[in-house]
Amino acid sequence: MYSQGLIGADGRTDETPEFLEAFQQRIDAEDKIEPNDAMPEGYRRTLVRQIGQHAHSEIVGMLPEGNWITRAPSLRRKAALLAKVQDEGGHGLYLYSAAETLGVSREQMTEELHSGKAKYSSIFNYPTLSWADIGTIGWLVDGAAIMNQIPLCRCSFGPYARAMIRVCKEESFHQRQGYEIIMTLAQGTDAQKEMAQDSLNRWWWPALMMFGPHDGDSEHSDQSMKWKIKRFTNDELRQKFIDATVPQAEYLGLKIPDPELKWNEEKGGYDHGEIDWNEFWSVVKGNGRMNRDRIKARRAAWDNGAWVREAATAHAEKRRARKMAAE
Amino acid sequence: MVNTTPLWEVFIRPRNGLAHKHVGSLHAADEVMALQAARDVYTRRGEGNSVWVVPSAAVTASDPDQAGENFEPTGEKIYRHPTFYEIPEEVGNM
Ligand SMILES: [Fe+2]
Ligand SMILES: [Fe+2]
Ligand SMILES: [Fe+2]
Repeated sequence: MYSQGLIGADGRTDETPEFLEAFQQRIDAEDKIEPNDAMPEGYRRTLVRQIGQHAHSEIVGMLPEGNWITRAPSLRRKAALLAKVQDEGGHGLYLYSAAETLGVSREQMTEELHSGKAKYSSIFNYPTLSWADIGTIGWLVDGAAIMNQIPLCRCSFGPYARAMIRVCKEESFHQRQGYEIIMTLAQGTDAQKEMAQDSLNRWWWPALMMFGPHDGDSEHSDQSMKWKIKRFTNDELRQKFIDATVPQAEYLGLKIPDPELKWNEEKGGYDHGEIDWNEFWSVVKGNGRMNRDRIKARRAAWDNGAWVREAATAHAEKRRARKMAAE
Repeated sequence: MVNTTPLWEVFIRPRNGLAHKHVGSLHAADEVMALQAARDVYTRRGEGNSVWVVPSAAVTASDPDQAGENFEPTGEKIYRHPTFYEIPEEVGNM
């Protein structure tokens, strides 16, 4: 009932100039928007798309790491990785629930992921080839996610902001366990060091792409900033990430694979080389190494789990009948 | 059998941005009256701007006798906490 019969959920909000003006005033005053509040259809649509995409990313993101659970090099590493992947599943749940308050159903979101209509973060379309990749993912991929997610804790839509607060509390462990893995390798044998460097070489650029296109080329950016769904632009967040990460790589004695990377005293940040946007768009469009595998794995999980959902429903039905007979 | 008035659990949102929080319960014949009564009883001093009422019978609670097996194992899983991982001071906040 809570997420049904919402104003605008049927796409028929009466968007008079007065209504839009009053809505923007609420946003400007840092008032939070809650599910039962009237909101422009575009605001609802943007959030459904963004939260859905974010939820899908958490779920698909379990696959590259899940790939290494059985091969973790020690019990300590295995317990940590298992706990991290479990957290990511939880993050997906918080986010799907936040999206559901906007009147979209879980089934519809799942369907759109499987059909390819909904996107998820392109970073998960790269393969995890070595154990070092598990370290790099925690360090860089969760690190980039944290950069993105901290400002989202102040997002104008209440349920999304609250979900992000929970998520951010859990992310710090993810990044630290990753850095610990990489640090161990970087301080290990030559072969281990090489494994760490090779991993950084493969993940650095895709991690920078996680922040999305340059501000000028970003389709939804301006309106999202105005609605305070976003608080920083893609390029601002990417810069923050680079500035935080470069010293962490230096500490490890690893080299960032960007010959143009240079400290810029004037701006108080690093200058960096250009991102290969052809690669970015190609992966977004489905041509990454793992795109097909990821969706195949998600579909298989859904299809192979059907009997569990059916059995649970049948069991609940049986229990209900037994209870009624006893009364 | 005595016909009892159903019990409702009341949740209040202090202001937008915060989650609804359980504040107490009350008896009312249906959800409309429950909402009115909750508003009268629980929001007289600006406690909130939104009320939820939920039939108490619809709440399924965990068994206190099983609190140990439910909630104690998490205490051993210290690797779920950031402090379990040793990151040198020089690396900075993470
Ligand atoms: Fe996550
Ligand atoms: Fe995330
Ligand atoms: Fe994470």
